[in-house]
Amino acid sequence: MELFSNQILAGISTGAIYACMALAVVMIYQAIDHLNFAQGEMAMFSTFISWQMMQWGIPYWAAFFLTIGLSFVAGIAIERILFKPLAKAPVLTNVAGFIALYSIINSSAGLIWDFTIKQYPTPFGSAPFLGSQLISTHQAGMIGVTILLLIGLYFFFQYTRVGLAMRAAASLPESARLVGINTSWMIALGWGMASAIGAIAGMLIAPVVFLEPNMMGGVLIYGFAAAVLGGLTSPLGAVVGGFLVGIFENLAGTYIPGVGNELKLPIALALIISVLVVKPAGLFGRAIVKRV
Amino acid sequence: MSAAVEEVVTEAPAVEAVPKRAMTLGTGTSLVVLALLILAPLVVKNFVIFQLTMLLVYGLAVLALNILTGGSGQFSLGQSAFYAVGAYTSAVLMEQYNVNYALTLPISGILCFAVGFLFGQPALRLSGVYLALATFALATAMPQLLKLNFLEPWTGGVQGLVVTKPDAPFGLPMSQDMWLYYFTLAITIAIYVGAVNLLRSRSGRAFMAIRDNEIAASAMGIDVALYKTLAFGVSAGITGIAGSLGAIVVQFVAPDSYTIGLAIQLFLGMVVGGVGWLPGSIVGAAFIIFVPNMAENISKGLSGAVFGVLLFLVIFVVPHGARQVAIFCQQTVAKFRKR
Repeated sequence: MELFSNQILAGISTGAIYACMALAVVMIYQAIDHLNFAQGEMAMFSTFISWQMMQWGIPYWAAFFLTIGLSFVAGIAIERILFKPLAKAPVLTNVAGFIALYSIINSSAGLIWDFTIKQYPTPFGSAPFLGSQLISTHQAGMIGVTILLLIGLYFFFQYTRVGLAMRAAASLPESARLVGINTSWMIALGWGMASAIGAIAGMLIAPVVFLEPNMMGGVLIYGFAAAVLGGLTSPLGAVVGGFLVGIFENLAGTYIPGVGNELKLPIALALIISVLVVKPAGLFGRAIVKRV
Repeated sequence: MSAAVEEVVTEAPAVEAVPKRAMTLGTGTSLVVLALLILAPLVVKNFVIFQLTMLLVYGLAVLALNILTGGSGQFSLGQSAFYAVGAYTSAVLMEQYNVNYALTLPISGILCFAVGFLFGQPALRLSGVYLALATFALATAMPQLLKLNFLEPWTGGVQGLVVTKPDAPFGLPMSQDMWLYYFTLAITIAIYVGAVNLLRSRSGRAFMAIRDNEIAASAMGIDVALYKTLAFGVSAGITGIAGSLGAIVVQFVAPDSYTIGLAIQLFLGMVVGGVGWLPGSIVGAAFIIFVPNMAENISKGLSGAVFGVLLFLVIFVVPHGARQVAIFCQQTVAKFRKR
């Protein structure tokens, strides 16, 4: 029994990583109806920028918030320059654009900061949290930040005019435009927010997985799995999905014989496929009804 | 649970509709291309022959994806998985059971058709980005599955398998590379002709009807589920044959040769070649084989970035890929003829 509860605790702490990433994935999916395959790389680049700032002697929290601001602006810039002209293009072209972006960011980061693995500091320390060996204060802090972020987003979308406008632009673009919402800028805003959330996720994950240009590869896939499980239309679902994927991954690794570390990834992917087949809208997502 | 209503009318189509005629080349151009492909290996070095063979192999794989996406409008980022199954089928049959290399091709074709058909079943319920995600998952999982311990006696685990290169038959005075080139070329042409005919047949028209409007297609009496899974099966089968050829040509299979990277390359090949334009498959294959090399020459550290920038250029300047260039050339030629 103790093994079981320990594994759940460990699952929750890895799940926090996935939850962060899934939140960013859902944000952008809400805004543009596409899954951004370059999301992880954008987060990685932001993390490198904050690392560079700290190398220049800027204190952690200043670098943290500066990076969030910069990522927000960069996200908007990427949308305005590269993806706005593709808004009407087929999905296929957009996916190709994401792949191109992925390739550009990954390679530039490799050139600027090279591929050696770097340590990344944590503001929360890495002592055991409440005397447990399985969850450190950093992971607890990460869970805390994720939940704060979720609450903040909830209030933003429910109680502010901009949040309302963004929801309107996402669900019924035509009608939103008719009531005077600038849907094009709402999409740009969505990119900016997704990029900023991605930056937060990256900076929180970096102390755990270490900083290098390919650090986000695996994390992004788990983020996708979490977002799909929770429902691509629900930020709350993404976070819950993240924790569930973390727990599921740990339990499967412990209790199902033959599932070692090497099969953890296929398990996450099997999860994606089975969720998509059984309940495509995810646990918390809205079912989309198409009018023909 | 509240339901969101989505206006289908205003949505950009997942895939640009391509008229049936615009899917192939004219007879004259086809003959010129064919002659070039037949004569090319006589004048170039062995390494270039090897590259040309890989060009045909990738061309075949891109063609398979083109049938799926350009024909029936379904996505796949998972072609590398079918390619891997085909490659491994050939390698295992040739090395562990001493089966003749030519005989392994139909076997892996049939096997991959079955795998694709079965994968098409759950994929039926998905479309657009969800299908991309599910196939993406398949592609990422495949290398891990190939490394499984209990498959190791056959697959050789992480080490992979070395495949022996076949000699030219009947004592033909040809190097092994050249023989393989012509062998691959013959199969590619056969499959290309088959694919063109398939798209012109009743089944091909059913694919396209589903691509353009699923509901209208089912109203016309097309069994949507059957034809969608069939498209997946055919595409997987052809990809499997390409995988087999690839394994024979490269003489080596290992799990890490068939990662998601390969699937992405094939996808890019299709976009660059022009979705739904079958001859574009070869152009797309040329893009994914030669452009990374070129990018490496321009700047070693930034090759990925150069590749990405080139891809953006293609998307912005010629969004319909090589098809657009071909149509432009055709119109220019027609203008000159009128004068």
